[in-house]
Amino acid sequence: MIKDVGLDLEGIVEDRSEEGIFRYHRSTLTSPEILEIERRKIFDKCWIYLGHESEVPKPGDYKRRKVVGRPLFFIRSRKSSKINVFFNACAHRGAAICRHDEGRANALQCFYHAWTFDTEGNLIGVPGEEAYGGSWDRDKMGLKSVPRVESYRGFIFVNFNPEAEDLITYLAEAKDYLDHIVDGAEEAVRFYRGSSNGSSDPLSMEILRGTHMYAVKANWKLVGENGYDAYHVAPTHASYIQYLKNVGQEISGYKNGIQKNLGNGHAVFEGEIDWGRPVSKWSAVFGEDSKEEMEALRKHIINKFGEERGRLIAELDRNLLIFPNLTINDIMALVIRTFYAIRPDYTEITSWELVPKGERPDVRAKRLDSFLTFLGPGGFASPEDAEAVESCQQGVQADPNAWSYLSRGLHHDTPQILDEHQMRTWWREWHRRMLG
Amino acid sequence: MRQVEADKAGRPIESIGRAEVEDFLYTEADLIDRWQLKEWVELYAEDARYFVPTTDLPSADPKNDLVYIHHDYIRIRELARRLLSSKAHREYPYSKVRHLVTNVRLMGIEDDGLHVSANFTVWRFRNEDVDHFVGQYDYWLKLVGGELKIGQKKATLDQITLRPAGAISIVL
Repeated sequence: MIKDVGLDLEGIVEDRSEEGIFRYHRSTLTSPEILEIERRKIFDKCWIYLGHESEVPKPGDYKRRKVVGRPLFFIRSRKSSKINVFFNACAHRGAAICRHDEGRANALQCFYHAWTFDTEGNLIGVPGEEAYGGSWDRDKMGLKSVPRVESYRGFIFVNFNPEAEDLITYLAEAKDYLDHIVDGAEEAVRFYRGSSNGSSDPLSMEILRGTHMYAVKANWKLVGENGYDAYHVAPTHASYIQYLKNVGQEISGYKNGIQKNLGNGHAVFEGEIDWGRPVSKWSAVFGEDSKEEMEALRKHIINKFGEERGRLIAELDRNLLIFPNLTINDIMALVIRTFYAIRPDYTEITSWELVPKGERPDVRAKRLDSFLTFLGPGGFASPEDAEAVESCQQGVQADPNAWSYLSRGLHHDTPQILDEHQMRTWWREWHRRMLG
Repeated sequence: MRQVEADKAGRPIESIGRAEVEDFLYTEADLIDRWQLKEWVELYAEDARYFVPTTDLPSADPKNDLVYIHHDYIRIRELARRLLSSKAHREYPYSKVRHLVTNVRLMGIEDDGLHVSANFTVWRFRNEDVDHFVGQYDYWLKLVGGELKIGQKKATLDQITLRPAGAISIVL
């Protein structure tokens, strides 16, 4: 029984397919008790995106990052070049070890009592160590690693549950979508370098410098829903669509759109829309001078991967949500976005832009332009998303005993792009885990 | 009168003093605060840029790094049009905005024009939102037909993140 609303967790999501109704109780967006259960059963059990391998390219490179509320840092080992992920807390008394957002280090020293750790987390220096007696064992006083760290094609995830299934199993079919993105980027890199030889660099993509860090006064689940909801695009982003029209780009809506349940709560919508994609669908935003080349890249990708997968990689937008809180939108640019609930009604959001590595400067500049028109807190569209989710939160708080509906297309045999199938997929997994 | 205009049209950028620059910056702030955005766009030269780096990378190169805003003149014009359209839902109804511009300094004539630096605090109030943006402006001003115009405006934020703000939906 959830104290706040006197409702069983069991009844908090209603999946009444035969009646055409799917709804969730609005207390799921307002209750501190629900958030407490989410922390234990979702954020501490699922694979959570930490960062990208390209963010720490050289041995000793580190980044400090809060992940689902936990201060962590990740550092590329000086011994093995492997990426280690530690809780950002000294083994001695808990002071923060890593006090810069990023840098390069041979070793990290706690400023409080000057305990020093190497990039493997081993304790290598303790002032006055002879004063420790009994069973003191320096080897047992290293930095504590996050229980599980695994990565797939450059995307690093952590899991605070030592017993968790492996990342690949967890990703299920979402893995294929990471493949589409990275394979497309690899071909773009080869194409712009004018060679069919792959680079010796194992990573074909990199996170750009510059991070979008903002927040919304809304529940974290609303942020997830908004990131892959095609239904809202026309009304919410009318002013963006008008902007495109003003600069010569008519938008007639999604074509050939579908949605897919990718397993384990992950889902995607994909479809064709008139705005461009840097890999590789030209539109007016990219400028006339790049038209021919982008078209050649599109053909190159189709030749390489075949008509079906090639078109999917080059021409189709995809908005993907990897359960619980990783949005990857491969649209007019490629945005990686995570979000975490500080309170039921306040969510911190962090976004990065992922790009093919070593991209030609003029292509990079156009890609950035394409990103900024729509995306991010200063874009022509994302501010409306912030407004939409905050507006929901305000409305929900008016009467937390009401329900929110995700019934669109419940009766469709094949989910359509504007349906709410993707969100139902997410909520079913959420409910399963909350009851587990 | 004609002679005055001719003199004005012919004046060099070196003749611009701090008082005139301050009046110009205060005029811009006032136009934004009063939502006179069509008039605001007229302060910009046709090759202008309006640039806001992210909080974690104030030294960003907008051609190579992710930034918050990097608008050319067309997007500056479109930003104004969008904000006035009633379809920019984050800003309709309009928020209350207040720009405080201080510490104005003329930094010298550079290739891109007269470099001016200033400090700013921008407040935004709407519903329960109380957002603030604090930082430094760098302007590169030039004379077009004798009128001061903004060639470039860069707003560098001091905050570590935008939080608790969810957007830079107004003009900084």
